[in-house]
Amino acid sequence: MATYTITVNGQNRSVAVDPDTPLLWVLREELRLTGTKYGCGVAACGACTVLAGGIPTRSCVLPISLVGAREVTTIEAMAHDAVGRVVQDAWVATDVVQCGYCQSGQIITAVALLKRVNNPDDTAIEQGMGANLCRCGTYVRIRQAIKTAAQQLQQGRTR
Amino acid sequence: MTRGITHIGNILVAIALSVTTLAAAPSRTEGLAAWQQVYSVLTHPRCINCHTATNHPDQGDDRHRHVFNVVRGPAGQGVPGLQCATCHQRSNASTGIPGAPGWRLAPLSMQWQSADGRMFSGARVCRSVTNRSTNGHLDGPALLEHHAQAPLVRWAFEPGHLPYGNAFTVPPLTHEAFVSATRIWVEAGTPCP
Repeated sequence: MATYTITVNGQNRSVAVDPDTPLLWVLREELRLTGTKYGCGVAACGACTVLAGGIPTRSCVLPISLVGAREVTTIEAMAHDAVGRVVQDAWVATDVVQCGYCQSGQIITAVALLKRVNNPDDTAIEQGMGANLCRCGTYVRIRQAIKTAAQQLQQGRTR
Repeated sequence: MTRGITHIGNILVAIALSVTTLAAAPSRTEGLAAWQQVYSVLTHPRCINCHTATNHPDQGDDRHRHVFNVVRGPAGQGVPGLQCATCHQRSNASTGIPGAPGWRLAPLSMQWQSADGRMFSGARVCRSVTNRSTNGHLDGPALLEHHAQAPLVRWAFEPGHLPYGNAFTVPPLTHEAFVSATRIWVEAGTPCP
């Protein structure tokens, strides 16, 4: 066991866990931030995606010992993020969600994409989002929602 | 007379030392033999999996296409939304994901295999590695330093463990032997087959 202090959603949080504990379990079990989901445990599905230092990161394979000083941002913080809000609204307007299990990872990745690419085309969306899996098959609406959000962001829309 | 003999003696010693120094430099044959050792490392999966000719890395000892549809991206670091750093950290993770600082693909100018995965010959890889217009302007000494110090190069010799506990295979030389072979090859003038 060791004590780690990490920055999560703008707050310093200290946890005493084994150094090999994946960040996913620190978030869910130690910090009770259960919006980030466990889907596969091997970085294959993207349900566990969070932002670490602004980079979409698979928290299921990131040991707490390697987080360091990077700020961790979870789905819980997206309502307070300028791009996150627009993405969430687009998700609702497009009625993307079915079961919802993958969607926190989808939204985090979409936010990361839109923060780097102003107007992603189909190729950019497929390449950037293609490793976030959705068993309900909401990909078509995800693509549509990303384009809607991109358009709104280009128009300078913020809540 | 004595001064003249001393002067001649000094000249003879200087000649002997210079001949000794010249003899210490590896021959072209020795350099080529050293290059074969270097080549054996460069074409090991830990190295060649990121020296691809495609828009994606390979992985595994069988050099299959990297799973999850990861792609090269404009800077060899993936694309927004799915970067190399999405999974690969600055060091090997206990979860089985390999890592090193600056994890990324080698540039296409440093492809050491064809698009269909056939390794290039030692001659072709050697020409590629020594082409300063495409190798990042590295001369012999800089190549030696690259092999000795570059984090991604060093990672290949300490690649960590797979997610299920098995160790990644390592190149046929130790890092020390690889650097030693590189040094011989560089000191021989980086000859290519």
